[in-house]
Amino acid sequence: METTEKMKYDVCIIGAGITGAMTARKLAKYNVSVIVLEAADDVAMGATKANSAIVHAGFDAECGTIKARLNVRGCAMMPEEAKELDVPYKMCGSLVCAYSDAEIKHLETLYARGVENGVPDLKIIGQKELREMEPHISEEAVAALWAPTAGIVCPYELCIAACENASINGVVFKTNFRVCDIRKEDGIFAVSNGTETVYASYLVNAAGVHSDEIAILAGEANFPMHIIPRRGEYMLLDRSEGNTASHVLFSCPSANGKGILVSPTVDGNLILGPTAKAIDDRDDTATTSSGLEEVQRGAKHLVPGVNTRAVITQFSGVRPTPVGADGDITKSDFCIFISKAVSGLLHLAGIESPGLASSPATGEYAVALLAEMGLVLTEKETYQKGRPEKIRFRELDDAERAAVIAKNPLYGKIICRCETVTEGEIVDAIHRPLGARDLDMVKRRTRAGMGRCGAGFCSPRTVEILARELGVPMTEITKCGGNSVILNGGEK
Amino acid sequence: MEDKKIIIIGGGPAGLAAAIEANNQGIAPKDILILERDRELGGILNQCIHAGFGLHMFGEELTGPEYAGRFIDIVRERGIGYLCDAMVLSLSPDHEVAFVSPTEGFCRIRANAVVLAMGCRERTRGALNIAGTRPAGIYSAGTAQRYVNIDGYLPGKRVVILGSGDIGLIMARRLTLEGAKVLRVCELMPYSGGLPRNIAQCLDDFDIPLYLSHTVTAIHGKERLEAVTVAKVGDDRRPIPGTEEYIPCDTLLLSVGLLPENELSREAGIVLDRITGGAQVDETMQTSIPGVFACGNVLHVHDLVDFVTKEAYRAGASAAAYVSCACASNEGHEPDTAARYLPTEGKNGVRYVMPQKLNANGDLNADTALFFRVDNIYRDRSVILSVDGKPCAKVKKRFLEPGQMEHINLNEDAIAAIREGSTVTVALD
Repeated sequence: METTEKMKYDVCIIGAGITGAMTARKLAKYNVSVIVLEAADDVAMGATKANSAIVHAGFDAECGTIKARLNVRGCAMMPEEAKELDVPYKMCGSLVCAYSDAEIKHLETLYARGVENGVPDLKIIGQKELREMEPHISEEAVAALWAPTAGIVCPYELCIAACENASINGVVFKTNFRVCDIRKEDGIFAVSNGTETVYASYLVNAAGVHSDEIAILAGEANFPMHIIPRRGEYMLLDRSEGNTASHVLFSCPSANGKGILVSPTVDGNLILGPTAKAIDDRDDTATTSSGLEEVQRGAKHLVPGVNTRAVITQFSGVRPTPVGADGDITKSDFCIFISKAVSGLLHLAGIESPGLASSPATGEYAVALLAEMGLVLTEKETYQKGRPEKIRFRELDDAERAAVIAKNPLYGKIICRCETVTEGEIVDAIHRPLGARDLDMVKRRTRAGMGRCGAGFCSPRTVEILARELGVPMTEITKCGGNSVILNGGEK
Repeated sequence: MEDKKIIIIGGGPAGLAAAIEANNQGIAPKDILILERDRELGGILNQCIHAGFGLHMFGEELTGPEYAGRFIDIVRERGIGYLCDAMVLSLSPDHEVAFVSPTEGFCRIRANAVVLAMGCRERTRGALNIAGTRPAGIYSAGTAQRYVNIDGYLPGKRVVILGSGDIGLIMARRLTLEGAKVLRVCELMPYSGGLPRNIAQCLDDFDIPLYLSHTVTAIHGKERLEAVTVAKVGDDRRPIPGTEEYIPCDTLLLSVGLLPENELSREAGIVLDRITGGAQVDETMQTSIPGVFACGNVLHVHDLVDFVTKEAYRAGASAAAYVSCACASNEGHEPDTAARYLPTEGKNGVRYVMPQKLNANGDLNADTALFFRVDNIYRDRSVILSVDGKPCAKVKKRFLEPGQMEHINLNEDAIAAIREGSTVTVALD
């Protein structure tokens, strides 16, 4: 049965990845009504959830592209964005390592491109300086491109934070809303998932790996791009290995992307990956034995002593690689433009790496384009730039710890022993804006279950807390929504 | 909270026994504090509701909770200090313990001696690099055991178990009794890592097939587990192409090894043994930091809790002696003769020996046991204890296997042969 939401929004954004989230956050500053539709059960579930977690400096993108401009601008905006959103961010810098004269030549190309793109403080360094900065780097690495403005951030935390910020400023989020039909009725977009329809004057396509499909649904008959889903597999190592590298370490890039990197994460782990393999199913995030072996080989090429036995988990993400009419992947730009065929439609499509680094700038640019399309923007007096306070028990000092426990004893109860996450943090994650309803949502919001025991100890406790706080039986609690129930056999 | 004479980190079987023995040796109940991170004392025994515990200690078969209960009762009767829901966050080399609890808040206290009894954790899917998707339905055997025995829920209905460690075998029987279908147990090695009695009582009695030299190579299913791919492995333990089988199931249990939980010890700077994953200790269970002792599964993974208890008694007694000695030296008495350590080693099929070092100036006697595990299955072999290559003791064994913890005691010959710079070796003939 068709149920209809009578409310008409000014803007409907399809996709709550980092691009949609940052667009929602930037729009939330203005007196416009905004709704974000997300197919998955949580925000940040596509390419945003599983990538290298790097804020690239901006020397990779071809000069003159939208990608180059947004990357450099986004990277410059990131420290302030992260601060406003209370998201850990570290400007640790990146090193592209060269192993031969030919690769040194390539560094020079990247350097020149970076300078033209406006990347600050780039420098090519020799082997001695490289080894001083990274003592564990391969002895065969002879030079590197040093980009001090590159950084690391947790991509899904940034996305969740941006959504929380948008939410407290009035943006409406609908998850589990997979768009299957888009029509124009009397000049208004009617966006449906088959059972529910949302109406809006402007439509923003931020559907990531599905952005070409959404474009076609929206009536874009001659969309100039199609997506090749490219899967990247990763390994995440124990915090005990976090000091193996102190900068983002890249090999020289190839046609398939930036190659396998080794990087610290903001949470103190070490991340290795990704592979780059074109696949058919856009939502297939399985890992493969050959992929994981390739990750280990690639990481050892950069850091021969990397202890891959300290692996905590493996995962993969699917990147939306856009392919233009000429079929050339390497030259492709982000597919960001105002539709000529469908009025009121804005595409933020084909955004692969450096989509994360670019995201604050992409959001800002999207708002400017919507204004150009006729959306009237007046600043909202009540706008709040942050998000509700978030306590990270692990990062508090003694006095702060004592103080939060005195206020709420649940902060004195450690549920996840590997990551030192308290019951207070889990309860908060459940009751925050866009609150957690399953184990993985708790994990992405608190890190409970992210550690070396693979959630063996904390998951029964977290299931119990979820059931209690949500007022449902434990048998209804899922790992990641849908049919992913934890206790499949029911009560005994 | 005030400082203590002895802080024991962990209130499972090891911590409880260490506390009781420290009290037996004269440390007042109020001067001892057990810090337990779970809701109640007893550790993993609370979820081990099967029988079979206590044959060595009590000469009877107890369930896990009954076994733990005997020690918990004593701790309570004597008023030995303990705090549940208390998680230790750090330990410093000078015995400062930082912990957090909902009732006490955040505390830093000191102790004259510390006993490490944090137990172990299970190896995970992540550590095995099993490829595939990441659905619900994959549990470590111990997590599943908690869901079934503590929380009262069945994690799934059609189950494949990877690894034939004891918890996996016990859970095969437990899930079968609760109405689930256990399709098979796969073991990477050509032999089981569990006790023979568990193979008989948990698998054979229920017609659950054990596939040796098999492993899980892929996980299938988007939301809930739908199937696993199982393959035979060769002598190199790598899957043999063409032997893959697709097994529909909704649950995969992993029983693929236990790892001593030594993050605190590592951060404190305690020297760890690469093979056991636990601290390197001497015959008093003292670690590389004076006054810090270790016992139970945090030291090395045991097969029977009875041996955990015995080891913990030793650690508790040593901690008490350390405290008394430290008090004595504070009062101007001469300190003990300086320790003179000599190493132990395992050779020819013996993977490790615990204790890793012996104090030649300490109290070595015929009760000093060297614990070890072998690296493969052996029949009709002798275990030889030698000092500097000279055999001192020999024990014949009909059957030796990696799943079983073995020991050999020092004898008069060995003690007499020990000199400065000696090495004590345990080896198969």
